[in-house]
Amino acid sequence: MRPRRVLPALLAGAVIAAAVLAQPARPATAQAAGEEAPPLPDVSWSFEGPFGTFDRAALQRGFQIYTEICSACHSMNLVTYDDLAGPSGLGYTEAEVKAIAAQKQIADIDKNGQPIQRPARPSDHFVAPFPNESAARTANNGAVPPDLSDMIKARDGGARYVYGILTGFRDAPKGVEMRSGMNYNLYFPGHQIAMPQPLQDNSVQYADGTKATLDQEAHDVVTFLTWAADPTTEERKRTGAKVILFLLAMTGVLYGAKRRVWSDIEH
Amino acid sequence: MAVSQNKLVQWIDHRLPVFTFLDHELNQYPTPKNLNYWWNFGSLAGVMLTIMIVTGVFLAMQYTPSVDDAFQSVERIMREVNYGWLMRYLHMNGASFFFIVTYIHIFRGLYYGSYKAPRELLWMLGVVILLLMMMTAFMGYVLPWGQMSFWGATVITNLFSAFPGIGNDIVTWLWGGFAVGNPTLNRFYALHYLLPFVIFAVVGLHLMALHQHGSNNPLGIDRKGPQDSVPFHPYYTYKDMFGLSAFLIVFAIVVFYFPNLLGNPENYIPANPMQTPPEIVPEWYLLPYYAILRAIPNKLLGVCAMFASIFVLFIVPWLDTSKVRSAYFRPIYKWVFWLLVIDAFALGAVGAHRPEGIWIVIGRVGTIYYFLHFLVLMPLIGWFERPLPLPPSIAEAVLKKRGGGALAGAAATRTKP
Ligand code: HEC
Ligand code: HEM
Repeated sequence: MRPRRVLPALLAGAVIAAAVLAQPARPATAQAAGEEAPPLPDVSWSFEGPFGTFDRAALQRGFQIYTEICSACHSMNLVTYDDLAGPSGLGYTEAEVKAIAAQKQIADIDKNGQPIQRPARPSDHFVAPFPNESAARTANNGAVPPDLSDMIKARDGGARYVYGILTGFRDAPKGVEMRSGMNYNLYFPGHQIAMPQPLQDNSVQYADGTKATLDQEAHDVVTFLTWAADPTTEERKRTGAKVILFLLAMTGVLYGAKRRVWSDIEH
Repeated sequence: MAVSQNKLVQWIDHRLPVFTFLDHELNQYPTPKNLNYWWNFGSLAGVMLTIMIVTGVFLAMQYTPSVDDAFQSVERIMREVNYGWLMRYLHMNGASFFFIVTYIHIFRGLYYGSYKAPRELLWMLGVVILLLMMMTAFMGYVLPWGQMSFWGATVITNLFSAFPGIGNDIVTWLWGGFAVGNPTLNRFYALHYLLPFVIFAVVGLHLMALHQHGSNNPLGIDRKGPQDSVPFHPYYTYKDMFGLSAFLIVFAIVVFYFPNLLGNPENYIPANPMQTPPEIVPEWYLLPYYAILRAIPNKLLGVCAMFASIFVLFIVPWLDTSKVRSAYFRPIYKWVFWLLVIDAFALGAVGAHRPEGIWIVIGRVGTIYYFLHFLVLMPLIGWFERPLPLPPSIAEAVLKKRGGGALAGAAATRTKP
């Protein structure tokens, strides 16, 4: 039958064409720098796949890593403390979020117009470690630590790449000349990164008692960063499942209707 | 003849004949009965345009066109506005799907000779729509003001500097300053909001031209009488709705599960005029033209070749000298058509890679072949090729097919009548 053959071919064609075209359109960052990088580490995540969700415990541990370590250098300007609350956030209560925010001081102006420091409120965006880019650059040997809010979406390889960066620090191989203040990293384009290795075994004492190995820490903070890059991921996947189920049913019904309409015509 | 028994409908129709018009263009509009599923893509393109306008208007309600706020405002849409992520991902991926659908629609036209008399203007209006779409998408991509937005805009507007004498003045004029900046972003936003409605109007003309002579069909022969056609409604309304629903499944899979598959990660980094990204690549749907641009070592000639690659489509109705429309009856052109499809994919791949080594060679061969196809092969094959005998009518071909092998549809490329 004609329609049965054409349509799957068509759908498959569209998907394949899209995929084929998309692939070369993003040259791997490492290739672009003209350097060989090993394949990214193959780690599995709770948020993978159409039904994957974020492991709330991992999110909270990841947030702890960010707060205790990364936030010394990296801002996350696009995320608010409010985002952490509730089931779509990290599972904290409103009161907990209020307490988390209040630990940070934020610059503001009081009602007399005088500059002040006040505790952050849940509606504030994450307080940045440096007041501006120059200050960040000066404090970090001339390199600006990038904002981490969108980091997972802003790199080829996403979660696996950032996990690779965090676990990919090594001693520079013999014969590799390191620029001053640079650290050798397997996965960074060009291998020389201005960030000192931020995570080691036992870098933090986990509140929930989980053993803080380097892999565990990297895995947790990347889970947190993936959530932060798209806090609506779970809502999106849930909505998608409903929409697609509806469309499948509708396509079936319309196929039947179309065949009925055409049944009296030689075509 | 009354279009309806309803008094209100009659009252309105007597003064404003919208119902008569719809009745004429849908109920009575005769359509060849042998259209295959490739004919679904025109209506799909219309649906995509509608989706783009609707999601675009909602985005515009929250978007701020200023270099300091644009990136943040898009992120706010994604993170804080209710269903903002849905509007943004629909719009972002919608642009890609609009182009997928339109490109299939265009290649359908090339295969079945739908540009041939009396449909030349219909085809040319289609090329106008393609041009407007490319401009709209290019300017839309600048709006989120990520790294690729900024650098893409810089590279593409800079092309105009290739024109001798006035080139630099043109570029300054386009920018509204001495670099891509706030005035550039503002005018791109104004035009990005405007052009889709211009497209809408041209689509209206496109449909007017279509309804003058009706659809072409896989056999490429004219309808000879009522036995060859069916009324558009309900036959093709149902077929189009079925196709739309199936298409939306694919669209939804990408929007909900792979929303960033077709995008460039670099565009999630805010624009930074001080830092050039390692690689500046346009969106996938513009890659073949980008490849043609870079295939030619001379900048001015490259720019001209790029524009020519679209403009050559305007004269296709006169470049094709064949007496027969459908490639189904054209044993040589049929193969040359598929070579063009391969060439377009190859050029797309070239556009995504740095112009080094083998990619330079493929880019040049692909570019030469592209123009060879239209300017040399199309006229020559039309003269020399001996088409297969045409069936006397659509109805007879359909009946024959019922008795014997398959005819129209995808199978048409393989079986003889
Ligand atoms: C001492 C300051 C410092 C700390 C602490 C720090 N970073 Fe960095 N980070 C930097 C600097 C500086 C760069 C820029 C590196 C460069 O461009 O060479 C950077 C870059 C990065 C990058 C981007 C790599 C790329 O592809 O461009 C990621 C991802 C990253 N850091 C993640 C983290 C995470 C996660 C943590 C916490 C576990 C962290 N960083 C802690 C200073 C820091
Ligand atoms: C022909 C139809 C259209 C096409 C092909 C198109 C294409 C695009 C593209 C490619 C982007 C960039 C998406 C991204 O990467 O973020 C974009 C953004 C945008 N478009 Fe459109 N668009 C169309 C119609 C419209 C209309 C009609 C409006 C307004 C009424 C609109 C408003 C916007 C806004 C506000 C943005 C910025 C937000 C964003 O980047 O997501 N678009 N468009």
